[in-house]
Amino acid sequence: MPSVKELAQKPLPLVSGHRACAGCPLPIAARWVMASSDKPVVACVATGCLEVTTTIFPYTTWNVPYIHVAFENAAAVASGVEAALRALKKRGRYDGDVNVIAFAGDGGTYDIGLQALSGALERGHKFVFVCLDNQAYMNTGIQRSGATPRYAHTTTSPAGDVLAGKPQGRKNIMEIVAAHGIPYAAQASPSHWKDFLLKAEKAFKANGPAFLNVLIACNLGWGFEPIETLEISRLAVETCFWPLYEIENGVYRITYKPRHKLPIEEFLKRQRRFAHLFRPENRHLIEAIQAEIDAQWEDLLRKEAMTAKKEEAKAAAPPS
Amino acid sequence: MVEVVKTLPRVTEEQKRLVALSGNEAQAEAMRQINPDVVAAYPITPQTEIVMQFAQFVADGKVDTEYIPVESEHSAMSACIGAAAAGARAMTATSSQGLALMWELLYIASGLRLPIVMAVVARSLSANLNIHCDHSDVMGARDSGWIQIFAEDPQEAYDSLIQAVVIAERARLPVMVITDGFIISHAVHPVTVYPDEAVREFIGEYEPEVSLLKVETPVTMGPVDLPDYYMEHKRQQTEAMKQAKQIILQVGEEFANFFGTKVYGFMELESMDDAEVAVISLGSSCGTVREVVRELRAQGLKVGAVKLRVFRPFPRDELVRVLAGVQAIGVLDRADSFSTMGGPLFTEVKSALYDVLVTQRHTTATQFIPLGGPKVVNYIYGLGGRDLTNEHVEEVFRELLDIAAGKPVEETWRYLGVRE
Repeated sequence: MPSVKELAQKPLPLVSGHRACAGCPLPIAARWVMASSDKPVVACVATGCLEVTTTIFPYTTWNVPYIHVAFENAAAVASGVEAALRALKKRGRYDGDVNVIAFAGDGGTYDIGLQALSGALERGHKFVFVCLDNQAYMNTGIQRSGATPRYAHTTTSPAGDVLAGKPQGRKNIMEIVAAHGIPYAAQASPSHWKDFLLKAEKAFKANGPAFLNVLIACNLGWGFEPIETLEISRLAVETCFWPLYEIENGVYRITYKPRHKLPIEEFLKRQRRFAHLFRPENRHLIEAIQAEIDAQWEDLLRKEAMTAKKEEAKAAAPPS
Repeated sequence: MVEVVKTLPRVTEEQKRLVALSGNEAQAEAMRQINPDVVAAYPITPQTEIVMQFAQFVADGKVDTEYIPVESEHSAMSACIGAAAAGARAMTATSSQGLALMWELLYIASGLRLPIVMAVVARSLSANLNIHCDHSDVMGARDSGWIQIFAEDPQEAYDSLIQAVVIAERARLPVMVITDGFIISHAVHPVTVYPDEAVREFIGEYEPEVSLLKVETPVTMGPVDLPDYYMEHKRQQTEAMKQAKQIILQVGEEFANFFGTKVYGFMELESMDDAEVAVISLGSSCGTVREVVRELRAQGLKVGAVKLRVFRPFPRDELVRVLAGVQAIGVLDRADSFSTMGGPLFTEVKSALYDVLVTQRHTTATQFIPLGGPKVVNYIYGLGGRDLTNEHVEEVFRELLDIAAGKPVEETWRYLGVRE
């Protein structure tokens, strides 16, 4: 892993002048991912915040090759780029090498992009799919997605007199992706930069498709001050709302275990999207969220223990 | 006169092979010879055989293409776009619902000016589900910025697919080669096949101007484009389409010189020199029309036919010249547009002819009386694979002859062979 100093000296793949909101961690995440690549990168970007804030003709913030095609197909476009790379190398018409990255938001991953992602993972293209998960369709004005957490207020799952925000929970995209049997999937947060960079580096080294699910705390959509982005991201991790873990060839590893798991309230109370939960009649919903998070965390710990045992047994088995 | 860019020594007759191939087999064979860098495809009736055969070529090592067996046509076109943007020669094939599913990507492929080549085996669109031929799928894509070339038989499909590679790369526009589902795709014809090396020599090596893999000169493709630039970019696309007309003729000429074939152009004419009435059609029905023209000519009737090969770009000026002096024109459409004013080919032909019609306002505000120029009548036929018989075509010609002789035309839009 490069040191912070080395990292700072690398040419910026995404230069300054982009139009991301103040306090948005998108450019940080995109830069960190690309800086972790051992080869030049090609970025295939789905329609979304990253795309609209970085390219408005005739300007571009991208200092690496970039293509945007549509909303739901970043993984399919990346498949094509990767196939072209293999074809041209095989035929002696290209002597370089690149890492192919697909960037998509949670809409372009969990929802409309799920089919193309699943197809690309099943086919085993060597690329890194990065989900920049801000938990709603933020680019078009904070509409719910399959990644929006339970009881969050969005403009299409508003909190009202009878409904307390989004009634449904989040899809477990990590499990969905891991079920394809890909070599590497990890969840990261910009609040934990070292953990983030290690995972990005591993993703590029994976022998096949790799998936990174990155928390993108959206001050506009979640309702907090721009200066609080990393603090809110850290709270997501410390409350186990956003566990940092990886699944490497089927083996689960939690890469950060909070010493004192904070109550979910600490995360919720800082964001306007959950403000309605703090009305007296809704307090029980916070308890329900806490119970759900506890169960998910326990489940993750179990999976880690279970797959670690399997790994040990495999290591201990005599060579056949 | 067409200026030829590339001159190669002609392929001799001994080097060619005459084989029995269906439309799908002929196109799969062309794809094998083209040996594209990347093929991303998804099966759909009646195109399936193309994908199956190509997959077999890959499995047998007869091509070294990177073949991506995608999970949908949407991803097929997306992957082709990614591959072409990365500097690869990319191809695919589809039909019907598959083409419809690609719809948003068709516009992106042409908007990004990527020379993707696609074999489209024309089939009706649901509902109701019908797997047989009509042009509803293709006509749905007519304004997507793709060059559209219709093939009448497997030979033309084979020849046109090879030409399409060169046309696409010179015009920097995607090209679809269209064959009629089942009628051409599954009918076996004798097809003259050229040697692999000759085909590869003809198409040459693809050298893209920009590519995502040129990391030293990074390019941003598909940026946000606001009102201050978007319109110029669309205007440039139309300009490219306009210039493609010359390229299509050029490649047709070069192809004929090299392979010793007929010269492929925008259209093919049957007895048009002194025709008083004519029928315009696309695809496989052109053969039926030609046969009827010959029968009626034998009876001394001055009938003719125009087989339109290139629908996009639309050869307006050339078509108008061909139709000069014709008194009544029948346009056969294998698709309805539900506009209640006729099918898509009809409205294009009529629109192209408008400037040669001398019209004058009559006494009432809504009535116009044409003082000159031909009468144009639309016949919608063959939807969902319904047969077009010689009798249908003869019926059309008889009516056109009556119209030419002065029979009044009330409604200009009608159907052939439908129960009403």
